[in-house]
Amino acid sequence: MSVLARIAAVLMLLAGGVGAARAETLIAAMSSHQILITSNYTGSQLTVFGVVERDGRTVARGDPYDIVVTARGPQRMLLVREKERLGPIWINRTQRRFPDSSLFLTVASNRPLSEIISPETARRERVGLENAQRSRDAALDLDVTTARFQDGLIRILAEKGLYRARERGVTFLSSTVFSAPIDVPATAPTGSYEIEIVLYAGGVPLARQTTNFEVVKSGMEQSLAAAAHDLPLVYGLVTVLIALLLGWLSSVVFRRD
Amino acid sequence: MQIYLPIAELPISVMMVLGLSGAVGFVSGLFGVGGGFLLTPLLIFLDIPPAVAVATVAAQVAGSSTTGVLTYWRRRALDFKLGGILVAGGIAGTLLGVLFFNSMRRLGQLELVITLSYVTLFTIIGGLMLYDALRAMLRVRAGKPARLKRRAGTHPWWMGLPLRMRFPDSQLYCSVIPIALLAIVIGFIGAVLGVGGGFILVPALIYFFRIPTAVVVGTSLFQILMTMTGATLLHAMTNQSVDIILAILLLLGGVIGAQFGGRAARNLNVESFRLLLALLILSVGLRFAIELFIPPSEPFSVVISEGSR
Repeated sequence: MSVLARIAAVLMLLAGGVGAARAETLIAAMSSHQILITSNYTGSQLTVFGVVERDGRTVARGDPYDIVVTARGPQRMLLVREKERLGPIWINRTQRRFPDSSLFLTVASNRPLSEIISPETARRERVGLENAQRSRDAALDLDVTTARFQDGLIRILAEKGLYRARERGVTFLSSTVFSAPIDVPATAPTGSYEIEIVLYAGGVPLARQTTNFEVVKSGMEQSLAAAAHDLPLVYGLVTVLIALLLGWLSSVVFRRD
Repeated sequence: MQIYLPIAELPISVMMVLGLSGAVGFVSGLFGVGGGFLLTPLLIFLDIPPAVAVATVAAQVAGSSTTGVLTYWRRRALDFKLGGILVAGGIAGTLLGVLFFNSMRRLGQLELVITLSYVTLFTIIGGLMLYDALRAMLRVRAGKPARLKRRAGTHPWWMGLPLRMRFPDSQLYCSVIPIALLAIVIGFIGAVLGVGGGFILVPALIYFFRIPTAVVVGTSLFQILMTMTGATLLHAMTNQSVDIILAILLLLGGVIGAQFGGRAARNLNVESFRLLLALLILSVGLRFAIELFIPPSEPFSVVISEGSR
């Protein structure tokens, strides 16, 4: 810590000490930080629990608390293509690239986003499927065509269960304690996932907290996937041998002549 | 019961895969074709990534053709000399096909190439076979022999090209050039479409080279076995897309289905055999044609760009 930062920290403590209003703090915990993929894996569910912490000096709010939970999966470059008519047939003609797109995205809130924040705040804060779909440093404004392609992307991934907007996905258990289940479908990619929890009141972000979890293959699934990558020749030979053996076996078992 | 596939990275119903591969195995045993041309599109339809579907079906086809090769070998209905030339040509064609496959994938038109090839190949081959089968059936009904007998000394011009060779097991005396060309074309198509090519090889050997049907099926299965074994290894080593769990499930269903198919084939007369195969191939072609000509309900498609990993 630099000397300047230390002085700043001391000043802030002093300022707090003389009775300035303090903002809320957000405390969050996950039901688990790891999803293990085993041979009978068919998807999983995690729950985010949180507490809005206030003390005597916290200002009284006229507006109720709102919570928005955004879970993002591993990011990849996504290529979206559109089929267009060419003569009598339909072919892919135009395409748009979406770099650093999340392969998994869930946006959960305690009530519809439009009631919590203004569209401008949502865009600036990257809240909502279309705003959170790309990485933080991607350009905010999309031209009309790109926006249409992005709509297509979100629609397709939502159909696969990878993108979800849950307008009532956050439940307040008391006025300050909440929980939000996150469904991870079996098709969600392996890798690390980031969860961002933001507290709003009156359309203004008050506090935020991030946590994470990972989806990993385990046991036999992990060994097989590792073998396929680390020992490709052996893996290939074993597969071929099994294939030939099963073929031979069936001709022995079913032989009639 | 669901099982998670480690390479395809999704769970799949065991019963459904067994049923599907059993049905395709039945068809494959019945007609002496690998069945890849049916299985690959079906797996892609079940959301298995196309690369994994193509590579894993290669392993399945290798296994299920083993059974057939052994059966035909015991019956001495397998021409190893002809099969060897088909395999050599097939390897050359596969290499060309892989190059073409990769360049089309870069251009983003791979899907179109695959659909167009399925449509043209299957409708043309299926249509020709249907026409031939119907004509033969009409002949039988009119009391004439099903097919005109081949007269000694007459043969199509391509069989008389230079480099003629004798294939005693196939009752064939023919130039190597058209056989090698056929093998190259089949290797090429196989690499691009992820199919063994038996459905092209079988009618081509019957119609263009007049080889006895029993030997054609045995030899075609041998060629498929060799190419698909090579393809499985190649896929495993270059793109790690062979899913061993899926391969075993497909094999279990496939080899059992193929046994029943092979048995059913013995109770089927040659003419209805050809008619059924023609209808099957034609219907796959039409299924892909619909995709090409009917306005899509979802015009967009999303793929993960491979360069960004």
